[in-house]
Amino acid sequence: MSAHLEAEQVTRIRPATRWSVIDPAEVWRYRELLWMLALRDIKVRYKQTAFGVAWAILPPLMTMVVFNVLFGLLMGSEGRPTLPGVPYAISTFCALVPWQLFANTLSESGRSLVLNRALITKVYFPRIIAPLTPVLSSLFSFLIALAFLFMLITGYHLFTDYTFSIRWRLVVLPLLTLFAVLAALSLSLWFSALNAIYRDVQYALPFLIQILLFVTPVIYPAESVLRHFPDWASLLYGLNPMAGVVEGFRWCLLGSVAPDPMLMSASLVITLGLLLSGVFYFGRMESEFVDVV
Amino acid sequence: MTMPDIAIRVRNIGKRYRLGENLRYRTLRESWQSSFGRRNRGPKGEVLWALREISFEVKQGDIIGVIGRNGAGKSTLLKLLSRITRPTTGLVDIYGRVGSLLEVGTGFHPELSGRENIFLNGAILGMTRREVQTKFDEIVSFAEIEKFLDTPVKRYSSGMYVRLAFAVAAHLDPEILLVDEVLAVGDAQFQKKCLGKMEEASKDGRTILFVSHNMGVISQLCSTCMWLDKGEIKDIGRTHSVINSYMLNGKSELSPEITFADDPTKIVQLKRMALLDEDGNVAQKFDCDSPININFDIQVRRKLPGLYGYIGIYKPDGTEVLVSDSFDASTVNPLDNLPLGTNTFSVTLPPRTLGHGDYRIHFSMASQSAENFHVDIPGVVCGFSLDDFSSKRGNERGGFFSTLLPWRYVEN
Repeated sequence: MSAHLEAEQVTRIRPATRWSVIDPAEVWRYRELLWMLALRDIKVRYKQTAFGVAWAILPPLMTMVVFNVLFGLLMGSEGRPTLPGVPYAISTFCALVPWQLFANTLSESGRSLVLNRALITKVYFPRIIAPLTPVLSSLFSFLIALAFLFMLITGYHLFTDYTFSIRWRLVVLPLLTLFAVLAALSLSLWFSALNAIYRDVQYALPFLIQILLFVTPVIYPAESVLRHFPDWASLLYGLNPMAGVVEGFRWCLLGSVAPDPMLMSASLVITLGLLLSGVFYFGRMESEFVDVV
Repeated sequence: MTMPDIAIRVRNIGKRYRLGENLRYRTLRESWQSSFGRRNRGPKGEVLWALREISFEVKQGDIIGVIGRNGAGKSTLLKLLSRITRPTTGLVDIYGRVGSLLEVGTGFHPELSGRENIFLNGAILGMTRREVQTKFDEIVSFAEIEKFLDTPVKRYSSGMYVRLAFAVAAHLDPEILLVDEVLAVGDAQFQKKCLGKMEEASKDGRTILFVSHNMGVISQLCSTCMWLDKGEIKDIGRTHSVINSYMLNGKSELSPEITFADDPTKIVQLKRMALLDEDGNVAQKFDCDSPININFDIQVRRKLPGLYGYIGIYKPDGTEVLVSDSFDASTVNPLDNLPLGTNTFSVTLPPRTLGHGDYRIHFSMASQSAENFHVDIPGVVCGFSLDDFSSKRGNERGGFFSTLLPWRYVEN
């Protein structure tokens, strides 16, 4: 018999209050369900596709190629917005890897309650499992894209005059990845909860992600834009948490100048603020989802 | 442990839904309009109490049946107990590991293989990976899908799909099981397996709360029964007496004729039923030697393919005596694709079929193509009594039937 049959379990069901919060211990008990749902998403994503797992790489690769060609045509092959001494392809793909993690998580997580409607109305589980699941499945694609980035860098290192050197800063990469995940999650908690009530969210979401792609220094490095503005502007820029993450990735991998600490701390504050408020809002709304979704 | 013999304790549970406003999703614009616009225009959103002031206790090892008409709050009660939705008032304490089955195959993914779905569905129902692993072979052989274990379930026949889904659910062994009647949808063999498994579970000392329309099953399985009506407990106690009062529905005796007010929300509706004697007169008392004509009108508001009718004849204690559905008639189902308007039918109970006594007639209509299978469940509609005048023992004759059997001397 399973371990948790032995201990007497008491389930207490009470009306929801304004101050209902998410119980972390309970979420932990449901970790296996979270894992199985993530596994389902990963498997289903690549089933019956001709390219299979290559779909983790194709979208960022195509985005990079399109802008590489476009900027090359507009500004000439030397004028593309990139880091000094780094090919545009690498500078951009390096930013697209965390960006895809953020964008994929946000777009699926933001609709997760509606997507899992059939489950939510028939079975109980802590509802936060729904927006957490896409985090895991997007991390899987992220790791594949990251591996491809290293292949790309190696290719350029071997066959062009670009030289890559491994830096100790690489150890910060997992932290930056976590930051990207938290940034996506903080928004997703708000969006998924709101989307359960207002379907407007799921129509606005793709549009928002598209705009964020251009606002975030993905297809260009931050300093190529920031040099047009006074110093305090980077604080404003940091309001977009992905700005710090993307610049951080370039700093870790490509040895660009360290991201502005002002920008990073602004990103950190806004992300933690959104995350905490998101957790509370989600917790408060949790009991209502099933009745409105 | 406090009160170890109690499995479920429910105190003053209520569940309120806001009609109109919350039941359909809002758009941001509507919400802004209502929060920034003038507040008191028109009446506030209508409120519906799906359950109100419900209190009861279930002892460990009990099987309790929940009956009631559609919309009586049965499903809401199950959803509250399985924590899918939160109550508006009151409290519930459940002692023991809970498993709830509101649907067979929740979370099955068509693209995944049978094997993958077993693990996924198991996790969704609350089993650990290890539990599923130890029961894996049992589940597979129960479902009889060994050959198709690695085939995506979208290629399964619907029978295989249901078997697999049920096999996983049947191997969930919580201390307290909450089951909805949707489990009873499926072929007869599947239903039998399902009920057998429940009986087995109850013998192991598990507590079961079971919602059903099928009073025959309830009276067979459950010792205790709860009758919900308009969100309140109308009666709770010994199954036979609760079923009896449910079937009488407050009347001291059931009338042989009933008519229903128009309900435009129903696609197809039973409008009238009357029990007629040989001469076409409405009658309540019959004798075993004459036929009984169950005559009824069905109002069709929208054509519904696959519609069928179902008549159950019960004794006052809930024992199911005779069942007939519209497939009995011949190979064609006369209720299939009825034209719009009023359609009249007659079902004849031949002479000397049932034994003497009191009977209730339960009527329902369903269709696989209807949104949630049930089309109209007026429930127990009519009652009649039978007297046996011609057999030697008459009303002293026991048994279910009044059929006179030929006795012949056989020459050697």
